[in-house]
Amino acid sequence: MNPEITLETNLCGVRLPNPTLLASGILGTSAALLERVARAGAGAVTAKSASLEPRAGHPNPTVISWEAGLLNAVGLANPGATAQAGILRDARSKLATLGVPLIASVFGGTSEEFAGVAQVLAEAEPDFLELNISCPNVGDEFGRPFAADPQAAAEVTRAVKAVVDVPVIVKLSPNVADIAGVARAVEEAGADAIAAINTVRGMAIDVRAARPVLANRFGGLSGPAIKPVAVRCVFECFAAVSIPIIGIGGVSNGLDAAEMMMAGATAVGIGSAVYQNGPEVFARITHELATFMTEESYRSVKEMRGAAHK
Amino acid sequence: MNSQTSHFACRIERVERENYRVATFTLDLALDAAPGQFVMLWLPGVEERPLSLMACDPVTLTVARVGPFTTALHERRTGERVWVRGPYGNGFRQTGEHPLLVAGGYGVAPLLFLTRRLQATSAHPTVLIGARTARDVIFVERFGALDVPVLVATDDGSQGTQGLAPDVAARAIESQPVSSLYACGPEPMLDGVAALARRHRLPAQLSYERKMRCAFGVCGTCARDDGWLVCRDGPVRFEEP
Repeated sequence: MNPEITLETNLCGVRLPNPTLLASGILGTSAALLERVARAGAGAVTAKSASLEPRAGHPNPTVISWEAGLLNAVGLANPGATAQAGILRDARSKLATLGVPLIASVFGGTSEEFAGVAQVLAEAEPDFLELNISCPNVGDEFGRPFAADPQAAAEVTRAVKAVVDVPVIVKLSPNVADIAGVARAVEEAGADAIAAINTVRGMAIDVRAARPVLANRFGGLSGPAIKPVAVRCVFECFAAVSIPIIGIGGVSNGLDAAEMMMAGATAVGIGSAVYQNGPEVFARITHELATFMTEESYRSVKEMRGAAHK
Repeated sequence: MNSQTSHFACRIERVERENYRVATFTLDLALDAAPGQFVMLWLPGVEERPLSLMACDPVTLTVARVGPFTTALHERRTGERVWVRGPYGNGFRQTGEHPLLVAGGYGVAPLLFLTRRLQATSAHPTVLIGARTARDVIFVERFGALDVPVLVATDDGSQGTQGLAPDVAARAIESQPVSSLYACGPEPMLDGVAALARRHRLPAQLSYERKMRCAFGVCGTCARDDGWLVCRDGPVRFEEP
């Protein structure tokens, strides 16, 4: 790698060795897997979302692939906040020597529940808490996600910020008319960073079975199919807020990562690309990004941030 | 190919009863797959589960009736539909002239597939079928038809040698040439075969089973404690001597 360039990324004062991070919901179910992804080259790793009580998740089929991405409705399967805090503690000690920060992901049915889960997970001392207010797959149980409404999103953010000191990332949904409005609302409520985007609400029907493939009927679409949606959302959020943005959605190579940063992302989430390449995808994307930076004479990832806003 | 969605819609061509709770289902679908690989079988409205291949052309699955999903499958008749996606995972590799294949219960299925492939090479496999009791022993005739030596071990001695499969395998290693071990069955049996392999410095390939969701290495559901993904890194695990 060219010694003239640096991939080091500062996210809310926390140092990431590179700007790629493992997005929530992918391989984040155990400390060993989080460590494995960190060793494979991720600049930070996000654990699977946890709720107050354990959740079994939806019955299968829960994850399927199609030509341009994945469609999933796992249904927030997790062992509950207390057990998750144990996983996070274990992960933190495994990651410490690697210098890879840990992001804990919080889910709740109400603002109070979000705050409660955040407090439990914060005891494990992750580097960040991410608020998953945008899961598209639990509407039957919880109604519309908080991310669908700026005021509700702000209320959850405030409730969590009141009880924890760790930097809070709020993960936004693309399934809204005005994502910039939601971004502004959570920034005003005290969010330290934004993650955009969660999956795009979608559906697949097996025509020979004449029924939806996913047991939950609807699911969240991810992968290359949603990259233009994600780039547009990050671009709009960057124009609306001054807190850092983690750009997520369909990034599968170094040029995609550069594109996301030029839209305004400080760091770039990787999820579905693990499907094609396994955890090794992080090292490849980082290498491709460095090559691109050398070719185009960018010395730091910071120089690319928001470059497309002209 | 049914390319517009993720699954192949296919029909059950034949159902063969193996014992009081195990049946073999042959589908009207051919896949290019290796022994040890698995498919996700979807019964719309019921569930979707990983099942190891007993053969890939046509796709053949040997399934024990143990819960709601497998009961629903056992209630399907010839001509009825099931949905399949796959194959997934890494199968067995061919090693050694005298492999010993250790099967526990319905773990015989992928090892029958493997035996057919090994016989296409210069290898001379021996099969050891372990089960709790005589009525759980299946596939003796199927292996016999392939003209491979078959040993049987039951926990209660009601058929073959009395004892656990790894212990009976240990005796086999002492009495005949064995160059490598393959195993598919319950995890305590796999642990036993792994220990045996270490003791005799034999390469071993062990096939694991886990609850799964995606089957292609993104959801993390099937991870072992060490972060090894049964669906993508396995289901066959290599234990080098």
